[in-house]
Amino acid sequence: MLKKRIIPCLDIKDGRVVKGVNFVELRDAGDPVESAKEYNDLGADELVFLDITATKEKRKTLAELVEKVAAQVFIPLTVGGGIRTVEDMQFILRAGADKVSVNSAAVKNPELVREGALKFGSQCIVGAVDAAKRENADGWEIFIHGGSKETGIDLIEWVKELESLGAGEILLTSINADGTKEGFDLEMLQAVTEAVNIPVIASGGAGSIQHFIDVFKKTGADAALAASIFHFGEIAIKDVKAELEKAEVPVRIEEK
Amino acid sequence: MIAIIDYGAGNLNSIQKALEFVGEETVILEEGKVEELAKYDGLVLPGVGAFPGAMKRLKENNFVDFIEKFVATGKPFLGVCLGMQLLFECGFEDQKTAGLGLLKGDIIKMETEYKVPHMGWNQLEIIKDDPLFKDLPENPHFYFVHSYQLAEVTDEVLAAVGYGSTVPAVIRKDNVIAFQFHPEKSGDNGIQLLQNFRELL
Repeated sequence: MLKKRIIPCLDIKDGRVVKGVNFVELRDAGDPVESAKEYNDLGADELVFLDITATKEKRKTLAELVEKVAAQVFIPLTVGGGIRTVEDMQFILRAGADKVSVNSAAVKNPELVREGALKFGSQCIVGAVDAAKRENADGWEIFIHGGSKETGIDLIEWVKELESLGAGEILLTSINADGTKEGFDLEMLQAVTEAVNIPVIASGGAGSIQHFIDVFKKTGADAALAASIFHFGEIAIKDVKAELEKAEVPVRIEEK
Repeated sequence: MIAIIDYGAGNLNSIQKALEFVGEETVILEEGKVEELAKYDGLVLPGVGAFPGAMKRLKENNFVDFIEKFVATGKPFLGVCLGMQLLFECGFEDQKTAGLGLLKGDIIKMETEYKVPHMGWNQLEIIKDDPLFKDLPENPHFYFVHSYQLAEVTDEVLAAVGYGSTVPAVIRKDNVIAFQFHPEKSGDNGIQLLQNFRELL
């Protein structure tokens, strides 16, 4: 049976891992290779690197970082942040990433997803989506530019389109839940997992082990991503997995 | 030294880095030159992509004869993911295409009630023990990404996983070895398995 995945997300700035709460008070949290190795040892099923300063000039630094990590850590590696063209994708995949995630650029140019999927395969293309509940209507709306700009586009329509364009996975962040530590946005996740047949990674809101149990028990999510609670050592991945197993959620725990 | 076949099918980087990580020298081959066979202790056929195009490129770059002659030397030959599927008799992705025919069976679209592609970590059931499984945990996890599979559990299948149906995952006939999953993406287990493959050299 396929296992539910636990994915730590590492924010990268200028080739270093940074920690911060809501992008405020960023502080250097070390060498990405060491962080990646540590997460691998702790039982992370995949890693996501999000380049939060992504600019053209920094792209080379990011590629060098990916190359170093990929030579030492042998679990799937997704890289996102500022990927705007097929060339950007190729550059990062060549460096050793297994998947690239696209967010704002896909909204502005949906063909980017199609072209990427055709060239590299759907399994390489993660559609990252930030969404929030509509204020005066049912459903959810997607936002771009790190959640700061509304688009008017309906979440469910957009994830269906991402799937038909060839995205291999959806990384869904709830703007309402993000940073609250009050749990994943179960209602939104359930709506999205019912709408598409590709794997959905839940993001935003994790604050306790119970939240991970809830997201897998109450929605069709295939994976759950978190950043700060893992970095700050508030919750250990090992403990999350042990509790998930007790709750009869299938997870990868090696019997040594 | 292990030679890795490059036929334009996806990322060779990861498998190369993983083999180097276990201490093996590697070389990437863009064309099959039979006269150079003796230089290599092992051969790896990786691959991501579709069966028909991959077979076409293997033929165009003179790899079909190269692989057959390499296998005849008795030295270890490993196929990974699509590279694994190409070792069988026939593929049914997009159209019916003859494979390399080094192992028995056909490659068909996965039939399961679950999502396809089969993507993520799944746990092996060992059917026949083998030195390849040395020092691995019981029912080890490996990372899979694929939509097609070997149709039947033949007598050459050493391990399989469950995904609504049975999916053959490790197949071996003498020096021809095939992994449906990606050892280069399977963490410590993948590294151990590649180490075990290396010990066959």
